[in-house]
Amino acid sequence: MSDVILSVEALNSFYGRAHILFDVTLEARRGEVVALLGRNGAGKSTTMRSIMGLIANRSGSVRFAGHDISRRQPHEIARLGLGYVPEDRRIFTDLTVMENLEVGRQPARTGAPHWTPERLFTLFPNLGDMRDRPGGRMSGGEQQMLTIARTLMGNPSAILLDEPSEGLAPRITEMMAHAIVGLKAEGQTVVLSEQNLHFAALVSDRAYVIEKGRIRYEGAMAALREDEEIRSAYLSL
Amino acid sequence: MGFYVVQCLSGLAQASSLFLVAAGLSIIFGVTRIVNFAHGSFYMVGAYIAVTLAERWAGGFGFWGAVAIAAFGTGLLGVVLEMLVLRRLYRSPELFQLLATFGVVLIVQDAALAIWGPEDLLGPRAPGLEGVVRILGRPFPKYELLLIALGPLVLGLLWLLFNRTRWGTLVRAATQDREMTAALGINQTWLFTSVLFLGSLLAGLGGALQIPREAVNLHMDINIVVEAFVVVVVGGMGSVGGAFLAAVLIGQLQAFGILIFPQITLVIVFLFMAVVLVVRPHGLLGRPQALARAAGNQQEPLLRPATPAGRLVGAALLAVLALLPALAGDYALTVLTEILILTLFAASLHFIMGPGGMISFGHAAYFGLGAYGAGLLVKHFAAGMLPGLVAAPLLAAGGALLFGWFCVRLSGVYLAMLTLAFAQITWSVAFQWQAVTGGDNGILGVWPDGWASPRWVFYYLTLACCAGGVLMLRRIIFSPFGYALRAGRDSPLRADAVGIDVRRIQWLAFTLAGTFAGLGGGLYAYAKGSVFPNLMAIPRSVDALVMVLLGGVQTLTGPVVGAAVFHTLNTEMVRHTEYWRLLLGVSIIVLVLVFPMGIAGAFRRRERAA
Repeated sequence: MSDVILSVEALNSFYGRAHILFDVTLEARRGEVVALLGRNGAGKSTTMRSIMGLIANRSGSVRFAGHDISRRQPHEIARLGLGYVPEDRRIFTDLTVMENLEVGRQPARTGAPHWTPERLFTLFPNLGDMRDRPGGRMSGGEQQMLTIARTLMGNPSAILLDEPSEGLAPRITEMMAHAIVGLKAEGQTVVLSEQNLHFAALVSDRAYVIEKGRIRYEGAMAALREDEEIRSAYLSL
Repeated sequence: MGFYVVQCLSGLAQASSLFLVAAGLSIIFGVTRIVNFAHGSFYMVGAYIAVTLAERWAGGFGFWGAVAIAAFGTGLLGVVLEMLVLRRLYRSPELFQLLATFGVVLIVQDAALAIWGPEDLLGPRAPGLEGVVRILGRPFPKYELLLIALGPLVLGLLWLLFNRTRWGTLVRAATQDREMTAALGINQTWLFTSVLFLGSLLAGLGGALQIPREAVNLHMDINIVVEAFVVVVVGGMGSVGGAFLAAVLIGQLQAFGILIFPQITLVIVFLFMAVVLVVRPHGLLGRPQALARAAGNQQEPLLRPATPAGRLVGAALLAVLALLPALAGDYALTVLTEILILTLFAASLHFIMGPGGMISFGHAAYFGLGAYGAGLLVKHFAAGMLPGLVAAPLLAAGGALLFGWFCVRLSGVYLAMLTLAFAQITWSVAFQWQAVTGGDNGILGVWPDGWASPRWVFYYLTLACCAGGVLMLRRIIFSPFGYALRAGRDSPLRADAVGIDVRRIQWLAFTLAGTFAGLGGGLYAYAKGSVFPNLMAIPRSVDALVMVLLGGVQTLTGPVVGAAVFHTLNTEMVRHTEYWRLLLGVSIIVLVLVFPMGIAGAFRRRERAA
């Protein structure tokens, strides 16, 4: 198979004294879309935050694009080309759309798609119509697009996308799925976390299922869709 | 008419100076979330450097060159502060940051004393701007006109910097959400360093520009930092535009206030701040602070009642304290008496800071009110000690009841600033109301009754009151009232939802803390034999904060340990060296860096790990 760009091995994370992740192991290959599925509180966001270095209390090996990033600071990880889109969007509400994009801007990177505001506005047409609007005066769907666009401004070679469909209207969810498929077409590696199996199935090649901080399943997305037992054990409400 | 115009103009000139300093403070707070006490010290250093250089280099270039170099040099000093101290503290509780910057204040004070000496220094006039112009027939200094123009100019430049440059965009982003900014690949280390440079540069510029207007002295630092805090809080923390608006309003208030109420000029500004904060709790142009998203958010450790072993240690400590008069000499007993009083004072502050979650910068007000409660009875009614010791906590309780009503409406830094404002108001009343309080001369002859005058008797009296007070505060912490107080601290919303009236509980706690501080103040008055306004001054409030923080906010033994360590350090240092502030400042910084959880907190942690 093609080369592995992100590999996580035996990742353990803690909030204070609470042990949240237990030996999480997963990987993503260049150009593929990988879904991390699980219920609320299963450990999806914690996995992403730990990979990104946002949880200081962690152990295990995390390698990205040939670097050991398990002890790096978040900004160093981002500069190596790993983008992160948080679940709660975290738009800078005082900054305009263009200024939000400016914060994310990093130099072009070889081997990764090069993004400019203009190119991003073709991916997310709504944003192009509100360049000078403050982030605080945008709808949830618009903010969701802006947060992805902002991360892409760093020209990442892979992005961690935490629950991109959460809390969005069906029409916007559909646009989001289109955007992710568009990213994949650009050759962008994407790791996304989802509770929504349907959404994940639309865009992903492979899937991991996480439950109570442990990876319970790993396989092709298509295989997971067929696997009634796994779905009902770990994913249904 | 001309008179009022000129008065208004000098208010504007004053506003510009204030704005420069306050803008720097506001910018630093906005990004680092650190309330930088040392900002006033940078202002002072800027003024000293400018005076020194301007004297050496005569002429037009000399003066302006001196101002420019002073500003730049002060900016560099800010960089040093950031790299050596603040950088290590971004994840510490905000009080520790505050304490560390206060340590810097002490160090700079002594450094300035060593370099420039205790005398006031007079700077040269600005070349070309020595004269006056006539405005509606009244003379007005040309230099002041320059200052008036400078305020809006700097405001405009800052606006451009923050809204038209990548640096400004990044700073605004980091102000709102540090973690997200980092996750987007922004190295905030240099961002913070550069912000400290800019903020300190503005403070240094403000100080340097003062040299033609006023003498440079060693008291400039605290005076200006308090004024700048008021401006920043009134304008809204982190809002540069708000700081400008507030500076203009306060400049006018001072210019005209002095005509109408010359007796209470000190009070007017703080009253204004109190009114603004009650009406707009986040300042004129401020917005509610988003919770600073830092990676270091940690939960408060749980307070637990003493274990049997802990009780034993406590009882042993009491026994030792009770036996000491047999062994210790008079001097040692005097120092011990003071430590006991300070322990009660610290414990009372700890009560609202730890379990209450309310930071007070002005707790000395209640200590002082207690002392005056005793002193005034002696002065006006020739009352004995026992009525004095009853009046002390009562007067303090009255003050705390009144001020607390306002304070509990706010939270965080705003609450802290309001407590400081009330302390300053109380201080100015004591200072300026000569007829009743004796003003600066204080009240003398506040001695214990005959039976209590031997050192050891007074020591036992103090031990009984202070140990009793501390134990009572502990008892309250583990009563239903204490649980409600802590619930309100941890989650006001949830506490509200289960039917706790959080404000009322906090108000009551504030009053209780004031009462016990007042008892301490009353004892202190009799121990010293006198009462002076400086009992309520800012340094005294800071002493209390240092004691609580040294001990550790979230430990019950903290205030006891903190008071003992602090007072011993303080007494020993004053005895042995002229530069005790320097030593104290360095010790505070080292302690903060080594024990981020306080001394008692560090021991408890070790105990648990073992």
